[in-house]
Amino acid sequence: MNNLIEVNSVTKDFSNHRALDNVSIKVPRQSIFGMLGPNGAGKTTLIRIINQIIGPDKGEIFFKGDKLRPHHVDKIGYLPEERGLYKKMKVGEQALYLAQLKGLDYNYAKKSLKEWFDKFDLLPWWHKKVEALSKGMQQKVQFIITILHKPELLIFDEPFSGFDPININLLKDEIFKLKENGATIIFSTHDMSSVEELCDEIALINKSKKVLEGNVYKIKKQYAKKMFRIEISDISSPLENINNDYFELLDQANKNGLTEAVIKIKNDITTNQLLNEVVKFGNIISFNEVIPSMNEIFIKTVSEQQ
Amino acid sequence: MFKKIFIIIKREYISRVKKKSFVVMTILGPILFAALITLPVIIAQMSDSDYEVGIVDDTDFFYDQLSDGNNVIFTHIPTNIDNALELLRKEKFDAVLHIPEVAFESPSTLQIFTKDAVNLNAKIHIENVLKQEFESLKLGAKGIDEDILRSIETNISIQSIRIQEDGMEETDYPEISMALGIISGILIYIFIFMFGSQVLRGVLEEKTSRIVEVIVSSVKPFQLMMGKIVGVGMVGLTQFLIWVFLTLVIVLSVSTAMPDMFQFTPDEQVHVTSSQMMNSEKLQEQMDTVQQHDTTAGQVLEALSAIKWHVMIFSFIFFFIGGYLLYGALFAAIGSAVDNEADTQQFMLPVTIPLIFAIIFGQMVMQNPSGPVAFWLSIIPLTSPVIMMIRIPFGIPLFDLYLSAFLLIAGFIFTTWMAAKIYRTGILLYGKKVGYKDIWKWIKYK
Repeated sequence: MNNLIEVNSVTKDFSNHRALDNVSIKVPRQSIFGMLGPNGAGKTTLIRIINQIIGPDKGEIFFKGDKLRPHHVDKIGYLPEERGLYKKMKVGEQALYLAQLKGLDYNYAKKSLKEWFDKFDLLPWWHKKVEALSKGMQQKVQFIITILHKPELLIFDEPFSGFDPININLLKDEIFKLKENGATIIFSTHDMSSVEELCDEIALINKSKKVLEGNVYKIKKQYAKKMFRIEISDISSPLENINNDYFELLDQANKNGLTEAVIKIKNDITTNQLLNEVVKFGNIISFNEVIPSMNEIFIKTVSEQQ
Repeated sequence: MFKKIFIIIKREYISRVKKKSFVVMTILGPILFAALITLPVIIAQMSDSDYEVGIVDDTDFFYDQLSDGNNVIFTHIPTNIDNALELLRKEKFDAVLHIPEVAFESPSTLQIFTKDAVNLNAKIHIENVLKQEFESLKLGAKGIDEDILRSIETNISIQSIRIQEDGMEETDYPEISMALGIISGILIYIFIFMFGSQVLRGVLEEKTSRIVEVIVSSVKPFQLMMGKIVGVGMVGLTQFLIWVFLTLVIVLSVSTAMPDMFQFTPDEQVHVTSSQMMNSEKLQEQMDTVQQHDTTAGQVLEALSAIKWHVMIFSFIFFFIGGYLLYGALFAAIGSAVDNEADTQQFMLPVTIPLIFAIIFGQMVMQNPSGPVAFWLSIIPLTSPVIMMIRIPFGIPLFDLYLSAFLLIAGFIFTTWMAAKIYRTGILLYGKKVGYKDIWKWIKYK
């Protein structure tokens, strides 16, 4: 079994709308899986179903090939988007409480928490009430609580909101380390740059349906439209004269005496043929394929559905 | 799974018991209760300074007949009323009683003069002694011997005996039953309200602080809800037991330290009541008082020992817990459905009305503890915890008790089931104004 989580044709209805419509996803083991989608698409509902907070109306979920059962909650760590702590409770006490609810033994949890608190510079706050902590510190505490019981599956819903750039890096490093140590991570966010940086696989959910799923690199390749960005110096004749049967000039601009052109090649044309053609117009300085960002793919896919 | 509920119960219990407000309430509560019981007695004793009444007796008959008592001291002033009033102005006396010549024929001509507002107790005492004097004078005038009159005076106090199902006879003491019933009824009412709203606030806190989604990824919403209800309930029981214990300690130690405080001298009581004796009904009342007084201590003891304490205590704890669980679930459901405390109002009303209803109808139930109102209100689970506790001290058919207990258990299973449905949807729903229609839909979700 190569997938840690398999969601098979899950449908969930609420009183006045369908939150998930026949959604299936496969989360490969030891991968970082991006769950993308606009607000209200059904991501949180799917995450809650995987966490067994709510049940699906139709469909099944498998955890390492077994049907998802209540005891699996101890193997999952969940950092929800809407997260908080008891304000009047002491930080250490509270972390211990939540760790015990995940099934950890008191003494083990305490020892392990002290280590993590030390690592995140939180140890002096152990006996302070939560309300005395800054928002960033509270987020750190929550992050620690989520990963403390060494879950096989981690679900982070907008994990970086509320963190400053330095702590975001700290967190990203930890997430990579968790993956290296064998954890599988489902990562839900609107921040597409972090998706590109972190995710191996993604699923895009829009209007309760999964509209896109797969390896990030392959998806980007798939969305690449055979467009190339070429910088040319010493133009000898206008690029408009390019052979229109095979090439299409989409854009050109002059920058510091260089001409930057975006050219699309038609089917069956290789990049070498493009270079041979462009060489006739001037001196090629640089050449690269225009690969869409996840952001563009996201916007394109979502807006196509409107 | 029970291990996790236990962890939740433990947190709910310890976090509340450690709070300053709990400690303060737990200590202050019994002091307040004890004060409520002992203060009036202490204050009454403190205000009992002697009240000097000067008598100007134009008849020269009464002045040495009036007996002191009730802190009233009579002094004869052998002068006319004008001089006496001068003495009053100089504050030689607290009051001056004027008995004019015509007082024999028309007692309404009696007058009492004071500088400050008249002391009501003193006035009553004076009226009492004068009344006795006038009455015996009149009896003498009609040729009736006072002793004969005394000998025909009869005290009637019907002993009420209830025939038990097992054929035993049992003496009834409605006054004691009433007091016991209303105290336990009100206690249950207060307990449900106080700790029910703690459950509500606790659920609301988890929802508004957004910790709830973290927790329900580890435990079932039902476990979280039950953990909170049970934990808070145990806090309530703890506080209640400490209150009972401390109140007893305080009252007992005060009454041992000042044993006189709780004793009334027979004379005073008789006089006070007889002063208000205007008609035969009141006369009867007075006789009761006299009768009761003679045997009060014995009777109260007898009455208290007649109460079936094991039934009383067991049913108190049962209806205490049952009623709390029933309402606690409803309070938890309300807390989960709203976003802030202000929004709770619209849902609180239908939950609190039955409780208030029970307290209001408690009066009626006491007057007729086996009537139809009492029966139905003690059967319906929403009112039964309060009403049953009012009924039980009067003695209750076992059938009623079992039926009520059974329905209460069924009732709290039902409200818990319903609350769980509302709760699991409500806690995850933020920023939406929820109405009854939404809640109905949540209950219908499978």
